[in-house]
Amino acid sequence: MFKDIEHLVRLAVVIAIAVVAFVVLREAVVPRSFGQYGHYRGAAIAETAARPVAFAGHDVCEGCHSDVVDQKKQGKHVVVACEACHGALAKHADDPTSVTPAKLDTAILCARCHEANSAKPKDFPQVVTADHSGGLACDTCHQPHKPKIESQEKTAAGGKK
Amino acid sequence: MDITRRRLLLLLPAAAVAWNYVQAGTPEASPNYKLSEHWWAMLIDIPKCIGCGSCVRACAEENDVPEGYYRTWIERYHVADWKIEKPDVESPDGGKQGFPPNEELGGKNFFVPKLCNHCADSPCTQVCPVGATFVTPDGVVLIDKSYCLGCRYCVQACPYGCRFINPKTKTAEKCTLCYHRITKGLTTACCEACPTGARQLADLKNPKDPIHEFLRTHNVQVLKPHMATGAKVFYNGMDGSVR
Amino acid sequence: MQIPVEGFMYPNEVELQWSVLIVLYPFITGLVAGAFILASLERVFRVDAVKPTYRLALLTALSFLLVAPLPLQLHLGHPERSLEMYLTPHRSSAMAMFGFVYLWYLMAVLLLEIWLDYRRDIVAKSQASTGVARFFYRVLTLGSSNLSERSLRIDERLGYFITVIGIPSAFLLHGYVGFIFGSVKANPWWSSPLMPIVFIFSAMVSGIAAVMLLYMASTRLRGREIDIRCLDKIAQYLLYTFIIDFSLEMLDLLQRIYEADESFRSLDFMVHTRLWKSQVIVQILLGTVTPIALIGLTQFWKFTDVIRKRIYALAGCLTVIGIFAMRWNVVIGGQLFSKSFLGYTTYKMAFATREGLLTAIVLMLLPFGILWVLVKLLPPWLDAGSLPASSAAPAHGTT
Repeated sequence: MFKDIEHLVRLAVVIAIAVVAFVVLREAVVPRSFGQYGHYRGAAIAETAARPVAFAGHDVCEGCHSDVVDQKKQGKHVVVACEACHGALAKHADDPTSVTPAKLDTAILCARCHEANSAKPKDFPQVVTADHSGGLACDTCHQPHKPKIESQEKTAAGGKK
Repeated sequence: MDITRRRLLLLLPAAAVAWNYVQAGTPEASPNYKLSEHWWAMLIDIPKCIGCGSCVRACAEENDVPEGYYRTWIERYHVADWKIEKPDVESPDGGKQGFPPNEELGGKNFFVPKLCNHCADSPCTQVCPVGATFVTPDGVVLIDKSYCLGCRYCVQACPYGCRFINPKTKTAEKCTLCYHRITKGLTTACCEACPTGARQLADLKNPKDPIHEFLRTHNVQVLKPHMATGAKVFYNGMDGSVR
Repeated sequence: MQIPVEGFMYPNEVELQWSVLIVLYPFITGLVAGAFILASLERVFRVDAVKPTYRLALLTALSFLLVAPLPLQLHLGHPERSLEMYLTPHRSSAMAMFGFVYLWYLMAVLLLEIWLDYRRDIVAKSQASTGVARFFYRVLTLGSSNLSERSLRIDERLGYFITVIGIPSAFLLHGYVGFIFGSVKANPWWSSPLMPIVFIFSAMVSGIAAVMLLYMASTRLRGREIDIRCLDKIAQYLLYTFIIDFSLEMLDLLQRIYEADESFRSLDFMVHTRLWKSQVIVQILLGTVTPIALIGLTQFWKFTDVIRKRIYALAGCLTVIGIFAMRWNVVIGGQLFSKSFLGYTTYKMAFATREGLLTAIVLMLLPFGILWVLVKLLPPWLDAGSLPASSAAPAHGTT
C-alpha cells in the first residue's frame, strides 16, 4: 500500500527539507536587531542618528564671533541664523582654520529674500532691485549684519526703497 | 515518532529566533536621548514664508540631497478670486534659488513649504514589503538604506510626493526631520536656516513646547486630511486651494 | 533627460517610478492565471471539448510564471536584496504577501499539478531515454517508478483536488496584483475596490486568448488538424469572460464620469490627451469591442470552419494586445498625472537600458522559448505520434 504513495512521500520529504533549509537560512541571514522596535532593523535608528552634522547652529557662532552677533542683535536680521547666509559651517566651527567661509555675492543672496514678489507677505521688506539700486551690489549701502541705513551720506548713493 | 521529531525541528528555530530578540540587547540611541520621551512634529506658518529657499538649500547641504530631487521644497500659489479648486502653482527647482520676480498678478499669492509629514499612520510604511521604512518610537519616519530594495512602492503610496529614489544609492530617500540633529538637541537644518521663523520644529511630548499653545489658539490644517495619514506637519494660515 | 511637464507636478513626481517592466508583470501573471483557468475548465468542470488544450495550457502557465519575477528583479534598485521579502515580509504590505501567493501558486499548484499529470510520461521517459535526458527525467521521478493502477488513481484524485484549490489560487494570484494597485489610496486612478476583480477577469481573457492562439499556432506548426469543436468552445468562454470584463471596466468608467470627484477632471483630461491612443483606440475599440463583436458574430452566424478560425485568430491577437494596453493604461496612466491634480508628465521609455523597450521585448519572447523547451521535454499533444496522454488512464476521464 505504501508503495502506491511512495512518490508522494518522497515529495513530502523534499518539501520538509526545503522548509527546514529556509528556516535555517532565515536564522543566519536576518539582521540581529530586526524586530527590536517594530518590523524593521532596530539598529537603523542609531545609524541614522549617527550622521555628522553640517550646520553648527546659530548658538555656536557666538562663541568666536560675538562682535558680529552683537551687531546683528541691534537690527532686523537678529532673527536670521548666521548659516542661513553663510552656509553650513560646522566644520569651520570645529576647526576654524580648516574651512574658510566663502565671500558671499550679495546681488544673488539678498535678492532671494528681498526681491519683490507678489506672493511674499505685504509687510515684509522687499524691493524691485533693478529700480532700487540700479544694479549696484546690496552691500554698497547696506551692512548685512545690521541692514538699516542710519547715516545720510549712505542714502544719497542708494536711493529710497 | 516521525511527527513529533518534525514538530521539534520546527520549534527549535522558533525558539532560537526568540532568543535572538532577548540577546539583541537594550535600545541604542544617542547618549541621553530617550526615544520614548519625544514625539516629533513641525509647525509651518504660511503667512511668514517669504519663499527665499533658504530651507531647501540648507536641507540639500545638510543631507547631501542629489540635484533634481527634493527632501523639502516650496510651492508658490496664485489663486484667482473664488477659484480655489484651480490654483496656479509653480516650484522652479523646488524653490531652491528662491522665486523669480514677478509682476503683480492680483488674486491671492503665497508660498507653501512642503516636506515629509512624518505621518503617524504612514501609508508608505504600510506598503513597504520588507520593513525598510518605518515610524520610529519618537514619531519620525525613516528609511533603512541598507535594507531598502528600491521597489518604489513607498514612493507610489505617499500622497504628498515627498519620496524619491536616490540615483546613487538606488534606495528610497526623503526628509528625515534631520534625525541626526534633533537627537542631539539641535533643530532641523530647514528650521535653522529659515529667516522668518516660518518653520518650527516641535516636540509634542514636551509640555513646554510652544506648539501646544499655538495649536490651541490658531486655526491649523494638515495636508490632505481625507487621506487620514495622521500627518504631523501643521500648517497655520493655509488656504483651501493648497493641494 | 528633461521630462516635459504640463501644469504643476510635485518636484519629485516628474520622473515615473514604475516603467514598462511593471506593465509586463501584471500582463504575464494574467496570462498565467487565465491559462490555468482554461485548463481547470477541462479538469474540474469536465468540459471535454477543450481537452486538447489541457496540458498545453498548464505548460504555458508554467513558462510565463517562471518569467514573471524577471521584470521585477530588473526593476529593483537592489535585486540582490529581494530575498528579504521572504525572510522579513511586512505583513501589511500587499507586495510582500504576494511573494508568498506567487510561491504557493508556483509550487503547490502549478508544479505539483504538472508533475502529477505527467508522472506516467516522466517515468516512461526516465526508462527509455539516455544520457543527460535520462538523468533529468530520473530526478523528476524523485526515485519512484511505481505506476500501478492504484498509484495512478491516487495521482488523479490528488490532481483533481489540486486543480480545485488551484482555481481560487489563480484568482488570488492575479487578484492580488490588482490589489497591489487598488489599495494605494494616494492614487485615484488605481484606488478602487473593483481593481482586483477587473484584473482577474482581464487576466482570464488574456490567458484564454493566449492559449487559444498557442494551440492554433502549435497545431499548425506540427502539421496537424485543429480540433474546431475545441476552438469553438474556447472562443465561447472567451466571449463570456470578455463581456463580464468589459462590463466591469465600463461600470468603473461610468461611475467616475458621473460622480466627477476632485480627481476626475485631471484624469479625464489625461485620458483625452496622453492616454487617448492607448486607452480609447487600442484598449477599448480595437482590443475589446472588436474582438467581442467578432466572436459574437460567430455565435449568431454560421461561418465556415476556415473563416471561423481566421476570426478567432484575429480576435485572439486583438485581445492579447488590448489586455496589454489595459495594463499599460493602469500602470503608466497612473503615473502620468500629478497627485496635486494640477499637472501631467510624460513617460520617456528608453530602448536598450535595463528597463527599456528592448528588455521588455526580450522578456515577452522568453516564455515562448521556455515553452518550446517544455514542450520538447514534456509533450502535451494528445494525438498519435506522441506519448499517449490518455490511452489506458483510469478514472480520470480527461487526459
